[in-house]
Amino acid sequence: MPHDDHDHPHALLPPEPALRVKALETILTRKGLIDPEALDEIIDTYQSKIGPQNGARVVAKAWLDPDFKRALIEDATPVVADLGFYGRQGEHIVVVENTPKQHNMVVCTLCSCYPWPLLGIPPGWYKSDAYRARAVREPRKVLAEFGVTLSAETAVRVWDSTAEIRYLVLPLRPSGTEGLDEDALAALVTRDSMIGTGLPKVPA
Amino acid sequence: MTNCPNLSAPEPVFSEPWHAQVFAVTVALNEAGRLDWPDWASMFSRTLKQHGLERELDGGDDYFNAWLETLENLLADQGTAASDEISNLQSAWEEAYLTTPHGQPVHLRQSG
Repeated sequence: MPHDDHDHPHALLPPEPALRVKALETILTRKGLIDPEALDEIIDTYQSKIGPQNGARVVAKAWLDPDFKRALIEDATPVVADLGFYGRQGEHIVVVENTPKQHNMVVCTLCSCYPWPLLGIPPGWYKSDAYRARAVREPRKVLAEFGVTLSAETAVRVWDSTAEIRYLVLPLRPSGTEGLDEDALAALVTRDSMIGTGLPKVPA
Repeated sequence: MTNCPNLSAPEPVFSEPWHAQVFAVTVALNEAGRLDWPDWASMFSRTLKQHGLERELDGGDDYFNAWLETLENLLADQGTAASDEISNLQSAWEEAYLTTPHGQPVHLRQSG
C-alpha cells in the first residue's frame, strides 16, 4: 500500500489552548521564571509518584496503629510529612474519621482544592460543577449514585476544602481484615473511599 | 472472571498533554514564589464561577480552559506576560507547527 505523505505535510497542529500554554511557557522561560526541566519533573511526579497509593498507606497505618491514628487526627500535616508526603502549596491536611454514626465526604465548592500529596490530581468528576454543587445540597443522593448506601443512623457530614485546608477521609476498616498486614490493608483503600464517595474494598 | 468489571483500571491523571503543561507551569510559578496559592485559588474559583454561568462545567477540558484563562489574566495583571506578547508567541508557535515537516521536532524560530 503506497504511503501518502501528503496526508501529513507538516507537524500536527496542537489545539488552540495548547498553543497558548506553549506561548506562556516560552515567555516565562525566556524571562528565567521557570525551567522547562522543572516542568517535566513536576508532571512526572504527579503522573507517577503521587497518587492515592500515598493516602492508602496513611489509612492502613492508622487502621493498624492506634497511636499513629490519634496523632493523625490531632494534626495530620506533620504526621504525613514524616512519611514524605508534603503539601507543595503549604496547605494543612485534616483527616476526618468515619464512624458508624458519621460518614464524611469531601468537596471543594470553590474550585478543586484536594489533598494532592496524598491523593494526586483529582478525578474529573470532583472538578465538575455537578459534584461541587450537589455534594453539599444532596449528599445522600450523590453517594447513592456512587453506589454508597448508608444506614439511616449514619449522618453524612460534608467538608468543604479550601486552598489552606485539604481533607482526607479515614474510612472504616472493613470487617474480615483482622490479621492483614499494612500492604494488604493499603490495597483495600480506594481513592474514592478517601474522598468519602466510596467505601474500602472488602477482602476477596 | 469476565463479568467482573475492571474497577482498578487507572484513569489518566491528565487527559490532554496541555492540561499537564499548564498545571506544571502554575505549580512551578508557585514554587518560585511568583504565585501565592490562596490567591490563585480565589482567582481560579472566580473564573470557574463565571464560566459556569453559561453552562455546566464537566471538570475536563473546560476546567483547564478556565485554569489557563486565570493564569493568563494573573500574569497579565502582574505585568509578567502581556496579552499581546502571548498572542504573538501563540502565532509564532502555530507558524512553527505548520512549517515543520511531519515527524521533525518543532522549534520556535529565534525571532519568534
